[in-house]
Amino acid sequence: MTATTASTTRATRPGSAPRLPGTLRLGLERARYEVRGFFRERDAIVFIFAYPIIMLAIFATVFGQDGAEVADGVPFAQYFLPGMVATGVLLSSFQSLAISIPVERDEGGLKRLGGTPLPAAAYFLGKVGQVLVVSVVQVALLLVVAATLFDVAMPGTAALWGTFAWVFVLGVATGAVCGVGFSSLPRSGRSASAVVTPVVLVLQFISGVFFTFYDLPTWMQQVASVFPLKWMAQGMRSVFLPEEAAALEPSGSWQHGATAAVLLAWLVVGLVVGVRTFRWRRRDDG
Amino acid sequence: MDDNDLAVRVTGLQKRYGEKRAVDGLDLAVARGEIVAVLGPNGAGKTTTVEILEGYRRRDAGDVRVLGEDPQTAGRAWRSRIGIVLQTSNDLAEATVSELVHHFARYYPAPRDPDEVIDAVGLREKARTRTRQLSGGQRRRLDVALGIVGRPELLFLDEPTTGFDPEARHAFWDLIAGLRDGGTTIVLTTHYLDEAEHLADRVAVVRSGRVVAVDTPADLGGRSARRAVVRWTEGGTHRQEQTDSPTALVTALATRIGGPSGEVPGLQVLRPTLEDVYLGLIADDGTVAGTPAPALVTTEAVR
Repeated sequence: MTATTASTTRATRPGSAPRLPGTLRLGLERARYEVRGFFRERDAIVFIFAYPIIMLAIFATVFGQDGAEVADGVPFAQYFLPGMVATGVLLSSFQSLAISIPVERDEGGLKRLGGTPLPAAAYFLGKVGQVLVVSVVQVALLLVVAATLFDVAMPGTAALWGTFAWVFVLGVATGAVCGVGFSSLPRSGRSASAVVTPVVLVLQFISGVFFTFYDLPTWMQQVASVFPLKWMAQGMRSVFLPEEAAALEPSGSWQHGATAAVLLAWLVVGLVVGVRTFRWRRRDDG
Repeated sequence: MDDNDLAVRVTGLQKRYGEKRAVDGLDLAVARGEIVAVLGPNGAGKTTTVEILEGYRRRDAGDVRVLGEDPQTAGRAWRSRIGIVLQTSNDLAEATVSELVHHFARYYPAPRDPDEVIDAVGLREKARTRTRQLSGGQRRRLDVALGIVGRPELLFLDEPTTGFDPEARHAFWDLIAGLRDGGTTIVLTTHYLDEAEHLADRVAVVRSGRVVAVDTPADLGGRSARRAVVRWTEGGTHRQEQTDSPTALVTALATRIGGPSGEVPGLQVLRPTLEDVYLGLIADDGTVAGTPAPALVTTEAVR
């Protein structure tokens, strides 16, 4: 250790101070940093990428024995794939942020960032960027496995892929923002996964990820309709299932308008809650 | 001194947690370019005070100016002018030293060269090592690197050398002295009196939420606190006397009882250390200006 910094230091700031880096630029820089960090945590990668694939394999195999179908020409693998896409997005956005942010807060990482000129918005942008990259990789892997191992037909028109794109992006953004909003709830990093996991599991069961949604009791369908996962799954079904399968929905249609509205509403709620409750420091830290 | 010469000016600062007055009328001024060490027992209000200065906590009363601004309302531009090294944390595990220093440099408008900073904190050989594989001392130097890469005018160091071996501590002191020579103002909290003595231009002792003494390490506690103690043996008993002029006393003793050789039996000239003075200042009985009782004094022979 030497004192070479002395030569590079100046005592006073010149009159025309250099400008602070912009929030967007810092958001991109944070996203780059976060993505690199994510791909170095091998255990998390295996879980996040393999979970929807394993679930698809289990449920498609169990329900689809002896060539059983949900409806004419709709095998179980095809019916469950949209739900798995939606649940994968929920995992890599909501669950991963709602757990990782309290852990970062506990470890002192957020307090360190709070002491720098990094704006909170750039931190959030970085998180959203990381979630977007991870979700794209995850869903791509899931679709490849579904198409090659389970012979699920991929959408054939640009319009369907367009629907896929907006449901996916809106779902990722909503999940990420709600994850940030939820992250102030766990009291510590250690309790975070205990608090978050049941919420995610219950949503998965009532939102038609693991069961055919139309078979669920009406009250359960109504409860699920309040939350974004049901709408993400339904939006994805409109992409991967044939047009006639809309008849299987309780409403008898894909309800794209309602899907967009509910997801947007949660996006706004998550933003407001996130901005109002986010803190750099632990609760017990003054 | 007006606010242009002061990096930190605190008057009448108060902060309560429930019934407890953590900070209770604290005053402190730090001039630009100096190193001030804040000493005090755990729970005295050091951390609360420093975190109010850093903008992490809100105050209940009093006036605080840090680089001319109120930390409670200051924005990003102000943040870019200060550097903060918090107490030990275990974040940042998966990133390498070089990635982190370069990454944090991008937060600031006029950062130091990240590679020069890595050299300055002595982590060149560890630049490509992930944080989780660093030793405690190396992690601490990384913390400092991240705290100074933004070229701060004012640097806060919270117990920077806890857990260091002596060699690492001395190397760290050289690093901090280099920053001071470059014009950086430093506010340091520490439990190590030798660290305060070595680094600080002035020492502020905090007790029960107030500054009870602030002075140079040599003059802390006033002259009487540093009066020399002369001990000798006379007539088979140990004698001692506190004095401002030990040389004169020793000369007189040599003449009186030194005999032909001039040797005074059992002669010791002792001076209270900073630690003795500090312990006297934070003693619970409130005898702030009192001289530490010689019998309790851990002493250091005058060289």
